[in-house]
Amino acid sequence: MARRRTAARGTGGFPYLLVLPAVLLFAAFVVAPGVYALLLSFQRRKVNGGLLGGGTHTVWAGLANYRDVLGDSDLWSGVGRMLVLGAITVPGTVFFALLFAVLLDMERTRLKRVTRLTIFLPYAVPGVIASLMWGFLYLPATSPIGGDRVDFFGSTAVFFSVANVAVWGAVGFNMIVIYTALRALPAELYESARLDGATEWQIVLRIKVPLVMPAVVMCCLFTVLAALQVFNEPNTLKPLSNAVTSTWVPLMKIYDDAFGNSDIHTAAATSVVLTVAALAVSFVTARVIQSRVQQEAK
Amino acid sequence: MTAAPARAPQLDPAGGAPKPRRKVALLPTTALVLGALYCVVPTLWILIAATKSRTKLFSTATYVPSLDLGIWHNIKDLTDYQDGIFWRWMLNSFFYAAVGGLLASFVSAATGYALAKYAFRGRTALFNTILAGVLLPQIVLAVPQYLLLSKVGMTDSLIGVLLPQLFNPYGIYLCRIYAASAVPDSLLEAGRIDGAGEARLFFSVGLRLMGPGLVTVFLLQFIAIWNNFLLPYVMLTSDDKFPLTVGLYSLLRHGADEASLYSLVVTGTLLSVVPVIALFLSLQRFWRIDLVTGALK
Repeated sequence: MARRRTAARGTGGFPYLLVLPAVLLFAAFVVAPGVYALLLSFQRRKVNGGLLGGGTHTVWAGLANYRDVLGDSDLWSGVGRMLVLGAITVPGTVFFALLFAVLLDMERTRLKRVTRLTIFLPYAVPGVIASLMWGFLYLPATSPIGGDRVDFFGSTAVFFSVANVAVWGAVGFNMIVIYTALRALPAELYESARLDGATEWQIVLRIKVPLVMPAVVMCCLFTVLAALQVFNEPNTLKPLSNAVTSTWVPLMKIYDDAFGNSDIHTAAATSVVLTVAALAVSFVTARVIQSRVQQEAK
Repeated sequence: MTAAPARAPQLDPAGGAPKPRRKVALLPTTALVLGALYCVVPTLWILIAATKSRTKLFSTATYVPSLDLGIWHNIKDLTDYQDGIFWRWMLNSFFYAAVGGLLASFVSAATGYALAKYAFRGRTALFNTILAGVLLPQIVLAVPQYLLLSKVGMTDSLIGVLLPQLFNPYGIYLCRIYAASAVPDSLLEAGRIDGAGEARLFFSVGLRLMGPGLVTVFLLQFIAIWNNFLLPYVMLTSDDKFPLTVGLYSLLRHGADEASLYSLVVTGTLLSVVPVIALFLSLQRFWRIDLVTGALK
């Protein structure tokens, strides 16, 4: 403690200077847009009536925008689609990331370097570009994977087609996160298990996986966050297929409100609702998985 | 039943190999190869498709490349399209990602260093805010950010795309942990006794020792900005400021009316994937992803 004190004394305003840029950026690009969106969400445009002719003016609307937004079936079906997509992408990404990481960590696996790198590379491909590539693979006219026989944009298939692009882009990064955690475990841990005659898979399931749980938790959180903000994949596939509408997921609905309908007040209200809901979900997810890990550690 | 059957160097089927060799685990290797194939197939297909001329793209067998040098025609067509705007997009993407990544890493380093190395009023509150920021889905903010910036007339500018991406709570979080473990207090104390100012200690001791961690924070942010779509998509209206993602998307949308643009989209997609993969492979050894998870210990 004494050392802390001395370190703090005589430093003057320097620590404040160091944190200033981040605080300013946070205020300007997180707090201010949030407050402004909140403000806009309580307002609404009204067409000037009477003899003065056209034009609009802004009036206070109270909670009317929120009532409209929450009563809008387009938003709710968007939320539903987002949940379906998340139900595929979150377990899909984490499962394959964990599986590949464990396989890479096995002693007798070959071609580790090249497979690890190849699986990681899609991380550097933007979601839009990935969706373009997969879009052409799905498109009947250009598909090399049977798009002329299977309808990749069918009412059920479209969820898997969209989710597939997201999983493709995310598996590699999460795999590396888990793999790095596996490499950090001391090899002696497995020695006694091997002497006791444990198989490689028993070691994986009983020792390795429980010990890298914190990394797996982190991957779950990353993918849940990504699932809540899904936009790039469906938005890019939209020009290629009629199956994806302009309000297909909540973020696309916000975009459509703001730019398609030029209704910034509804867009602001929807943004507030989605941000609060997403923040709540990510907080709860973080809490739940954290407490579960702690329980397992006991 | 004692010795594992795999440990039998004398019976090595390879024969003649002096050092003991273990049997290859066939199933895990096969699974990994399948995973790698899955990851590489879209890129391979786009490579093949880019060799085809406009008319052949939709008419020939999809996995047979065209050998009549169609790819050069396609690249030339793409370069001719609107006076080479595609290359402009490529430059813009590199500009946003490199400059944004550098500035964001510096901001993160300064904040992380202050949080780890100084006791100051408001430190706990700041750190908790940043932790909450990690959980905030940032892309959801793009539309509110646009609404605010359009109010102050900062949309459709480079700054409007750059500034919102400089605050990176996860980067700050990583830098704090990295400063705590890589910069010893005793070294800073010794510097102070020698009369070094706080600013000098930060620049010449702190930043230097945090170097490897900062490269990781930079690369994470570089990729995040490179991959970002919604923010530039809402902020920008003039196409000479577009990054690749927005540019190619706008090409695709025009392609819905004019099918000949599809071969430009295909070629552009290929060209946009190649440099970043090359960059990635060359920077590979600087990656310290253990820092991403090291944060958990």
